[in-house]
Amino acid sequence: MSIFEYNGSALVAMVGKNCFAIASDRRLGVQLQTIATDFQRISKVHDRLFIGLSGLATDAQTLHQRLMFRHKLYQLREERDMKPETFASLVSALLYEKRFGPYFCQPVIAGLSDDDKPFICTTDSIGAKELAKDFVVAGTAGDSLYGACEAMFKPDMEPEELFETLSQALLASVDRDCLSGWGGHIYIVTPTEVKECTLKGRMD
Amino acid sequence: MGDSQYSFSLTTFSPSGKLVQIEHALTAVGSGQTSLGIKASNGVVIATEKKLPSILVDEASVQKIQSLTPNIGVVYSGMGPDFRVLVRKSRKQAEQYHMLYKEQIPVTQLVRETAAVMQEFTQSGGVRPFGVSLLVAGYDDKGPQLYQVDPSGSYFSWKASAMGKNVSNAKTFLEKRYTDDVELEDAIHTAILTLKEGFEGQISGKNIEIATIGPKRIFKVLTPAEIDDYLAEVE
Repeated sequence: MSIFEYNGSALVAMVGKNCFAIASDRRLGVQLQTIATDFQRISKVHDRLFIGLSGLATDAQTLHQRLMFRHKLYQLREERDMKPETFASLVSALLYEKRFGPYFCQPVIAGLSDDDKPFICTTDSIGAKELAKDFVVAGTAGDSLYGACEAMFKPDMEPEELFETLSQALLASVDRDCLSGWGGHIYIVTPTEVKECTLKGRMD
Repeated sequence: MGDSQYSFSLTTFSPSGKLVQIEHALTAVGSGQTSLGIKASNGVVIATEKKLPSILVDEASVQKIQSLTPNIGVVYSGMGPDFRVLVRKSRKQAEQYHMLYKEQIPVTQLVRETAAVMQEFTQSGGVRPFGVSLLVAGYDDKGPQLYQVDPSGSYFSWKASAMGKNVSNAKTFLEKRYTDDVELEDAIHTAILTLKEGFEGQISGKNIEIATIGPKRIFKVLTPAEIDDYLAEVE
């Protein structure tokens, strides 16, 4: 089994009309044994920027700590929040620093940039950025997620429709992957509010 | 003065609480050629005298005003070689920021890092402080900004400031003529008049340097021909 499949994960972010949504599964496993069913993969960097980290959980935790550290210092020095594009460049740089001994993670970054335009991107484990206008996926359920999102995505969805679409895409995809599932976490972010929901799916 | 016994080592405070080497560095700055900067409502202008030691010097090769990034520039009073070293370090810091964040460095951040370098040289062994004060002019998302950085590493934001030989006359002149809503073109005229105040000899596009940064956020050093045009307007 590959090191990226050790803990199992599913992450997806999708763009809507002046909003975005980011969702993950809730399973934490050790190969085929399920250890936790409430694992948080997505964290808030600031009110308009979220990052999800798929892959090896220990690397995801360490990388998350390093990113929070860098962002807090940035906030103190520059007296402002980081723009999503800037944060994505920072993630890319931090990952490439470990080019020959990488973090076994694939991050998904989603945020609202200036003038409330949604921004999503993912990188590979050594920092190659992939920007997308519609959706980005990561994790062991990645291939299924690509299929489900491609089929269900429509441009310019309002927050309610985006929530429905992303939830359905996530739950359908994790059902095809034995290493991810046990429900889902989804965040829908608009310029005015952040809504967090827990999804109930097949608990297996 | 009892202080002179403590003036040899940079890392030793004198009994009066001063670091005498920094005082001497400021003296070096004070005997340098006059430079000044004015922050307008829609840009910043910086200017300096460019008195060369002989008419045989190729004045086009002397560049006292330098850009640090496309939207930040700097001028100095004091020792030219020290200025070149600082410009080199600052440019590198600005580029490192850009390489990491893919974003232009904000003016305050670049000033802070340059000041930190200057401070390092007041607290390390075997080095001396930089014999320059810098005037950093930039235009970023926070608008036009003008900062002065001293050899000690302290920095201040100014609406208008001068440094070097003629500093007190120049500052008095600027205080009288400065208004908060001055526009860039007027600021350039004021800068020229301020330089003229203490200028020995005939002022021309070849013996002063002027640079501006406007709402388009591009730092530009004026050519001698452009300076001559402004001088004609001022007459």
